[in-house]
Amino acid sequence: MSTQTLTVEPLLSCRGLVKSFGRVIGLNGADLDLYPGEVLAVVGDNGAGKSTLIKCVAGALIPDTGDITLNGERRDFKRTQDARLQGIETVFQTLAVSPALDIASNLYLGRELRKPGVTGKVFRMLDKKRMRTEASQHLQDLGIGTVQSITQTVETLSGGQRQAVAVARAAVFGSKLIILDEPTAALGVRESARVLQLIKDLRDRGMPVILISHNMPQVFEVADRIHVQRLGRRAAVVTPQTHTMNDVVAIMTGAMSVDEKDQALGPVRSAN
Amino acid sequence: MSNPDSGTIDLAEEFLGRRTPMQRIQVTLHRYPYLSPLIVLIVAIAIFALINPRFILPGNLSFITQQTVVIGTLAIAQTLIILTAGIDLSIGAIMVFGQMVMANLAITAASNAANFGLPPWLAITIGICASILAGAINGFLIVKLSLPPFIVTLGTLSVFTALTLILFKARTIQGPEMPDLLKVMGVAIKIGSFQLMVGVIVMLVLFAVFTYVLRMTSWGTHIYAVGDDPQAAELSGISTKRVLFSVYVVAGFITGIGAWIYIGRTGAASPNADPSINLDTITAVVIGGTSLFGGRGTLIGTLLGAFIVVVVENGLALAGLDQAYRVLAIGILVIAAVALDQWIRKVRA
Repeated sequence: MSTQTLTVEPLLSCRGLVKSFGRVIGLNGADLDLYPGEVLAVVGDNGAGKSTLIKCVAGALIPDTGDITLNGERRDFKRTQDARLQGIETVFQTLAVSPALDIASNLYLGRELRKPGVTGKVFRMLDKKRMRTEASQHLQDLGIGTVQSITQTVETLSGGQRQAVAVARAAVFGSKLIILDEPTAALGVRESARVLQLIKDLRDRGMPVILISHNMPQVFEVADRIHVQRLGRRAAVVTPQTHTMNDVVAIMTGAMSVDEKDQALGPVRSAN
Repeated sequence: MSNPDSGTIDLAEEFLGRRTPMQRIQVTLHRYPYLSPLIVLIVAIAIFALINPRFILPGNLSFITQQTVVIGTLAIAQTLIILTAGIDLSIGAIMVFGQMVMANLAITAASNAANFGLPPWLAITIGICASILAGAINGFLIVKLSLPPFIVTLGTLSVFTALTLILFKARTIQGPEMPDLLKVMGVAIKIGSFQLMVGVIVMLVLFAVFTYVLRMTSWGTHIYAVGDDPQAAELSGISTKRVLFSVYVVAGFITGIGAWIYIGRTGAASPNADPSINLDTITAVVIGGTSLFGGRGTLIGTLLGAFIVVVVENGLALAGLDQAYRVLAIGILVIAAVALDQWIRKVRA
């Protein structure tokens, strides 16, 4: 199967990303490839540059040097809005939800719907009703609609429910790629399972996902390929089929290195 | 017992959902932040009416609305700023500057001040533009130089005050010198023995317009989001800098209208006008239930807060108490309002 799909171009490709924060080096020539329709897990020890890497892709950080190409075109994201306009949605570790606003307002934050006609164009009136009905529809569709009311403020929600709102926002608006940074870190067992199911659903819809996680069993459950980040670089890319959890941990800590021909640098999912 | 797999409602979550009466009050006040000022205002009016029946005579009530009009108008601007977790200490200085620009440009009387004699509408427009510019300077310093609003406006408070005195030679322009249009906000419409000032109507219209803006437009939503959690707002694709800057510009515009109202209200334009107005606007906003930490509050609360400030002062005066007691009462109210806000905010946890 690998010979057939080798011609598939990566959807997203990062080359030689460098990002330093004063004297601390977050990324030291990091590469990343994401192929259409796959779930790519990014794992690594604390300080390996996982979050920095995806923040560069999401437009939240601007790399010092290096290229990011999306569908073969070079992109220089200055703000998260730039990445969002290209269809890249990110759930940050901090969730980036506004506690004092209600669920619907949060879902549509930064891309509110206005009423049609003069009320919307001249008086700039928001279409709150439509945002609310569509927001609750989206939450239902994603199977995470466990909140009592869509007009609840986010600060009254539990950690898991807040996570659900953030994930829902990404899932609804992401058209090319969804990035999840530690989406299950704050969640209970059942809520985690729901997020993992959501990731699988997204993949089944053909939506590529980058998942950053510390949780090896979860990574091995959903990932097609596992990108191991170490000391600001890509140490190896393996698959759950070819390597064990212990191997991945060994690569993370530098106890093991994988020869390039044994890595899964190309796509492993056959595009339908 | 319900089936644990039925999913939507956890037994544990249901237990957490149970609330004591105290928590219910907390949650209700959290949801409707203008409830507490409303209760305070009603109680205050009732008590003052009992102490001195003259308090609720139409004459005194019109006086209260006239006393409120400037604080109320400026408090709209202050609310927008405090909602972004900022503060404007220079708002009174900007207003004084704006009214001096208006009055000096409009007068023709030969005097030691410059003798422009511009058409009144043009003088008012330029005065409002001067206030907008002053707001934009605040916004620029806060957004571009990333300075804290407290420090910036503390500085511009002195700058605008000094500028007023330097440019306009500390000369008070009396009512008869000014054309009527400048004083139109002070014209009273008689409704029985109640006198409704034009400025009060303008203030209420501004409250209505900006309530709409805050509740029904993207810009309004973004103001709350930026005040609530600027990082989250930025990551959600909101340009926090643009929102902040625009808020200070719009606050300058409202302050310019406030300057026009002030001329009508006092019938003169004095460079030494009312130094307490800065703190009164902040007091009104805080008593009105808007959080100094940003992201939470309403304009209806601010309107009630402005009335509370004036009602307490007026009521205590009519009750025969010394000025010092009025200041004391306002001070206690402010501290109580902030303490209440802290308690209400714990709902989050």
